[in-house]
Amino acid sequence: MIKLITTNYFEMTAIILFGIGFMNILLQDNLIKKFIGLNIMDTAIYLYLVSYGYISNRTAPIIREGNWQYVNPVPSGLVLTGIVVSVSMTAFSLALVQRLYKRYGTLSFDEVIKKLRSGEAQNGSES
Amino acid sequence: MVLSHNIAHNIPFLSIFLAIFGGIVTPLINDGQKSRRLHMFLTAVIGLLSLLLLFHVNFNQERFTFVMGHFPSPWGNELKAGPMEAVLSVTFSIVMLLAVGGGKDLIEKDILYEKQSLYYVMLNLLFGSMLALIYTNDIFTGYVFIEINTICSCGVIMCKESGKSMLATIRYIIMSILGSGLILFSIATLYIVTGHLLFTHLKMSIMRLINSGTYDFPLVITAGMFTLGIAVKSALFPFHTMLPGAYETTSVSSSGILSGLVIKSYIIFLIKVYYCVFTLEYLRDIKVTNLIFFMGACGMILGSVMALKERRVLRMLAYSSVAQIGYIYMGIGLGTNIGVTAAMLHIVTHAVTKPMLFICTGRMKDISLEKTANHRLKGIGYKDITAGVGFVVGALSIVGIPLFAGFASKLYLAIASFYSPFKMAVALIMLAISMVLNAMYFIPPVVDIWHTLSDSDANSKIVPKFIPSFNVAVILFIAINFFVGICYNSIFGIFELGIMLIR
Repeated sequence: MIKLITTNYFEMTAIILFGIGFMNILLQDNLIKKFIGLNIMDTAIYLYLVSYGYISNRTAPIIREGNWQYVNPVPSGLVLTGIVVSVSMTAFSLALVQRLYKRYGTLSFDEVIKKLRSGEAQNGSES
Repeated sequence: MVLSHNIAHNIPFLSIFLAIFGGIVTPLINDGQKSRRLHMFLTAVIGLLSLLLLFHVNFNQERFTFVMGHFPSPWGNELKAGPMEAVLSVTFSIVMLLAVGGGKDLIEKDILYEKQSLYYVMLNLLFGSMLALIYTNDIFTGYVFIEINTICSCGVIMCKESGKSMLATIRYIIMSILGSGLILFSIATLYIVTGHLLFTHLKMSIMRLINSGTYDFPLVITAGMFTLGIAVKSALFPFHTMLPGAYETTSVSSSGILSGLVIKSYIIFLIKVYYCVFTLEYLRDIKVTNLIFFMGACGMILGSVMALKERRVLRMLAYSSVAQIGYIYMGIGLGTNIGVTAAMLHIVTHAVTKPMLFICTGRMKDISLEKTANHRLKGIGYKDITAGVGFVVGALSIVGIPLFAGFASKLYLAIASFYSPFKMAVALIMLAISMVLNAMYFIPPVVDIWHTLSDSDANSKIVPKFIPSFNVAVILFIAINFFVGICYNSIFGIFELGIMLIR
């Protein structure tokens, strides 16, 4: 078991980070921290991919003269695409959080729900 | 041959391109009405092209690959289309067109004028991403379009900009992010163990790995995580918590599109990955099908029970969608080709029914003069006959009454259960209970809608404005519902052919 962990430490780190990010999204009450969880989770997957894409003593796949060996560029390409997607999601989520904060003056998810319910109760039931 | 191969093979790419092009051009128009016309025009063109593609692939019994760019597989990107993809694309185009056309007045009421063109940007991109999920042959492209789909869905949900809609969007985005994380992790693992992203090469590599017995554990984990990720995104019970708030707070056209199409696009992608990457036999062996059968069956019953407890009609329809998603997953969970084909038919029948229910409910709520939630729809059927009849037709279809669309898929789900002897009894019992529950939760609103009005009722004073687009959309929805309910054998035949060619 220890050998498995020490020989696959990149994967182990990625799995632990993924778990931390996943649980952060699920359990955090603070909305900003929730979306930090999203970034931790995504970064874990990028680490996982990049660790497999990198081979020591090989270079980036840029054509040059002579004999040279390069790493597979696809994992890096996937990670770049993933980062773009993750940045878009984060930007959208943070914009939404900012709006909620302006309206309710809190970053707590539970607090927002409470304030919304009390507002609903005041306005009477809606269909 | 209906079309020349060259033209037909470009249709999938052209459809996705047109929808995304609409999303890019719309902000330049900056006028709500013109943006809507452009959106509806592009959707109609895509629908016609898809119809031509359907005739072509069905006539030639063909499933073809469209290579994107100049790099052939395994390096390049590909689209694949056959009868299954074509019929889904036709359905999605028609439903999108009618949902937007039927609810256009409510969209104009619900969304600020200066924001309307942005709403249509979201709808165009949403439609483009759904088409991409239907046609793609690359698992990572699928992931990217899943994320585009999620962002656009969130944009569409918060279009009213109320506190409730923002909270619903936050809930939707949190659940979607959890699903996306699981999907991305499984795709990364798949790439690491196979070195491929295109479905065809992934399948060959996975077959080699299964036969050699290597990477057993990572493959099982990958299949499980991918299934779970899509289940979360498509709001399968118990991951449905994002749906009621989202459908209740957005404009009814958006609710119809989200419920009838968006969720289904994820399930279609899942089915494609099941057939083109893992194979159904392998998923049966590792018991993934059992897991989704169980979750689907629970969703069918508990979704209906939650709908039964709900007094607000829009939330009731949302819980009803949870139950209907359960039907689809139960069909896939049967683990047979006929089960998956029945599930595909249910995707179509639900897609042509639920948006109609949403726009009819939206119209009835809009004209109602009653203030309290419990009496809002009282007697409203007499004031807007089309909305009342549309709601009843939708309800009968969801319950599964013969001649209506919902009957066809439920019949085939029952037939499919006979091909899975160990699951047959459970499937049949669940189908029977769920149909009774469906009828039970639809009876109160139908009775309410057709309640005889007295002079003391506020709704008796309604003088509704005639809205041609709403009436045309609902009449077409009703006609399509009957068409699917009567000609279901032909549609099932196309799906059977599609599944045969995809294997």
